Amino acid sequence: MTGIQLTPQDTIERGLALAAAEGADGCVVLVAETSSTNLRWANNTLTTNGAMRGSSVTVIATVGAGEGTAAGVVGRSSVTDDSLREIVSAAITTARAAGPAEDASPLVDGTTGADWDLEPEETTVGVFEKFAPSLGESLKRATAEERRLYGFANHEVVTLYVGSSTGLRVRQALPRGYVSSTGKNTDLSHSAWVGTATRDFTDVDALALDAELTRRLGWAQRTVSVDAGRHPTILPPAAVADLMTYLFWQLDGRDAFEGRTVFSKAGGGTRLGDTLSSQPVNLHSDPAIAGLEAFAFAVARSSGGSSSVFDNGLTLAATDWIRGGKLEHLMTSRYTAGLIDAPTATPDIENYVISVDGATGSTDDLVAGLDNGLLVTCLWYIRMVDPQTLLLTGLTRDGVYLVENGEVTGAVNNFRFNESPVDLLSRFTTAGATVPSYSREWGDYFSRTATPPLLIPDFNMSSVSQAN
Amino acid sequence: MPDIDASFLALPRQELAAAALQRARDLGATFAEFRLERIRSESISLRDSVLENAKDDEDLGLAVRVIHDGTWGFAAGVALTTDEAVILAEQAVNMAQVSRPINAETIELADEPTYEDASWVSSYEIDPFSVPRAEKVALLTDYSDRLLKAEGVAHVSVHVATIHECKYYANTAGTSYTQQRVRIGPDITAHAVAEDRFDSMSSVAPPAGRGWEYMTGTGWNWDEELAQIPAWLAEKMAAPAVEAGTYDVVIDPSNLWLTIHESIGHATELDRALGYEANYAGTSFATLDQLGTLKYGSPVMHVTGDRTAENGLSTVGYDDEGVAGQQWDLVKDGVLVGYQVDRRMAKKNEDVLGTPRSNGCAYADSSGHIPIQRMANVSLQPAADGPSTEELISRVKNGIFIVGDKSWSIDMQRYNFQFTGQRFYKITDGKLEGQLRDVAYQATTTDFWGSMEAVGGPQTYVLGGALNCGKAEPGQSGAVSHGCPSALFRGVRILNTTQEAGR
Repeated sequence: MTGIQLTPQDTIERGLALAAAEGADGCVVLVAETSSTNLRWANNTLTTNGAMRGSSVTVIATVGAGEGTAAGVVGRSSVTDDSLREIVSAAITTARAAGPAEDASPLVDGTTGADWDLEPEETTVGVFEKFAPSLGESLKRATAEERRLYGFANHEVVTLYVGSSTGLRVRQALPRGYVSSTGKNTDLSHSAWVGTATRDFTDVDALALDAELTRRLGWAQRTVSVDAGRHPTILPPAAVADLMTYLFWQLDGRDAFEGRTVFSKAGGGTRLGDTLSSQPVNLHSDPAIAGLEAFAFAVARSSGGSSSVFDNGLTLAATDWIRGGKLEHLMTSRYTAGLIDAPTATPDIENYVISVDGATGSTDDLVAGLDNGLLVTCLWYIRMVDPQTLLLTGLTRDGVYLVENGEVTGAVNNFRFNESPVDLLSRFTTAGATVPSYSREWGDYFSRTATPPLLIPDFNMSSVSQAN
Repeated sequence: MPDIDASFLALPRQELAAAALQRARDLGATFAEFRLERIRSESISLRDSVLENAKDDEDLGLAVRVIHDGTWGFAAGVALTTDEAVILAEQAVNMAQVSRPINAETIELADEPTYEDASWVSSYEIDPFSVPRAEKVALLTDYSDRLLKAEGVAHVSVHVATIHECKYYANTAGTSYTQQRVRIGPDITAHAVAEDRFDSMSSVAPPAGRGWEYMTGTGWNWDEELAQIPAWLAEKMAAPAVEAGTYDVVIDPSNLWLTIHESIGHATELDRALGYEANYAGTSFATLDQLGTLKYGSPVMHVTGDRTAENGLSTVGYDDEGVAGQQWDLVKDGVLVGYQVDRRMAKKNEDVLGTPRSNGCAYADSSGHIPIQRMANVSLQPAADGPSTEELISRVKNGIFIVGDKSWSIDMQRYNFQFTGQRFYKITDGKLEGQLRDVAYQATTTDFWGSMEAVGGPQTYVLGGALNCGKAEPGQSGAVSHGCPSALFRGVRILNTTQEAGR
């Protein structure tokens, strides 16, 4: 490979110039610079680690196609000034060979953002400067106290640059980190889990996480067998995020319009405007939510159900998906907004907050108010069984507890559940205050969530799992 | 056999490797390995015969992994220069040094023969990237049109993923190889929408270690299947709901491959059994102390691990630690007899495993990720003179025949699982009586495999698989095939999924 590595800004300017010179009608160039670092441990010792850098360039060229517009999309890593010409050329050739794109729209206009000239941000192993020693100490303590720790800490920074032939120049750097840690007793008969998201690891103390694991493992000094069935169940914010992230991903407007999802109306169209829950529950996204910041503009390297490569750079606005229990918006590109007769496009945003009007208190407060039931700390291997009801199956893991007379009194066996998060929005009887949460199942991919704890009076535990 | 892509061979593989490995040696690494990987991927999607997305990606980068002071260190980057290679070696050593205080276990690797400048190419005929995009889209449009024009089909989704993977590997022990693999994954689904419900019917064509010839009829009969899907879908829309209970079931390979993947493939990964995945994908009930004694299933159960199967998604010439592809037993006569291991686990557990060799199960899904213990093609072997699927069905008085995969889930020790499928046929007195709907089967792994009364013959054997098996932190995606015959199970718990939803 020869050639000169370009800055992201130069890649975009040269790419757009090359596209214009080769006859493209329009062009968008996306450059993503990523860096990440991680530590992984198991059986009280470090197992793997890494420091990775990545760079990718995506060129979206548009050309006239009959009475419409066609797009060609080509992505590459490790781009130099020499290879950029090949990529742009390939994107134009691909566009010319394609028919008119169904989702074609004028490319997004814009100006140059104030931070456009800044270099990509990076993370290094130094982000663990405070965390690593406390992790080391917690691993030693666990060994001395005959516990075992297993976990993963990851930090990454993605700096995204988007430039278009219509003048748009936007840049944003987003850090993201998380820790997930599992503790077991020596004979491996009991497990506990804690997880948290962070932006920079300055607020994460491995010793504090270990202390919480130790507290939960202490609850397992008494073990109780509970049969499958419908049980009063408290889902802490992490477990609520496990379920509601799946609901969030089902908000595709086009699939609903075509009659394929739980948000499709019987007989045709979508359930927009329908009351999904009699409870005052809200599902909201906003790229500017403090602590859950997401990209403030649309990024689409491919067109899909309700995303469009023509929408790259579209400003994302705060969106109520569900407000007061009513379905307010589905995810749409500009094209699909027209298709489903929505007034404006509401693209996907990489965060969400679920809240219940007037709800206060913590998971512990919900526990204090429960006479007899289960506390389920996290869920796992969640998959859709029936799209019509959004019936999901999955399992409890690493921490199911018995609640009696307002206190945790022991650890309980694991279960397989079959439940629909849409139904749960109607069936919960008590909610707590919304707090930042970290989904055990999806948090490594989608960690910008805030959710309340919920009490479900009749959570469907379909069968017992022997796993521990 | 196709040649290794000339443009990959033209990259400065040896120079980059030499620079990285020498720098690692100079810094005191006792072992170092270098990978240069280029992964081309193409994704083509059609919605109702209209091209929705066609994306062409390439991921090219380099990685260095070292053992320094008994501790792993890993670094990856994208600039293909010797300076970058040297920097990555330094970063990898630095990672090892930073990690050393929290490493309580000296890393040692099982010995392995060296293979100098070896070369290997997977079995395929037509490189998908050599076929013009328009030709591919035209074929998929034709397939879509055939389904769309059928009565009762409201929508059609078509997606085809193709991957062309080139890898150069070198280590300080003297092994070096260049390897090229191609894989393809089609997904064709017809949707029906009625006033009160909707449903879908997907092709059961598995992803395969084949080239574009797979989409035109080599290895799969598209004409026959596409002609049948609308009728299958219409029958499913009109089918009665299953009555929950206990049934004998005959499971087609198009469904059983996924049960094998989840309940045997992952359960016999030694890293899981030893706790290395405990925080993420989980552990395994099949612990090392049970090797040779655990009754995994019935005596007709024979499961192999295989990195050599033709057209297998996990088939390689050499793994990502320089170990040659092999085949071995995992379950024999229903008893656990082996695991999937990499060099570190082989060395650490050689006394229990009874062998000093890795069986070649290290894999990283890109240059940006560290190699981890990954699944071989794990397959259930047919009975040499075994029955046909029809003969298996004929042995059932009141049961269900299950075809195609859909929903899947299993617990973190691989005990409790639940699967659905594409089609479920009621069996009465040995004969199929039309489809049922809302079916899921739920079982415990050893109970389920213990209830396997018979496996079909070689004529029923099909190589299924998946492109997207997830594992590790940070997450990696692996492709793996699973072959199996049809099989008969007695007394399996069947759920009605509508009732499970409380309706």
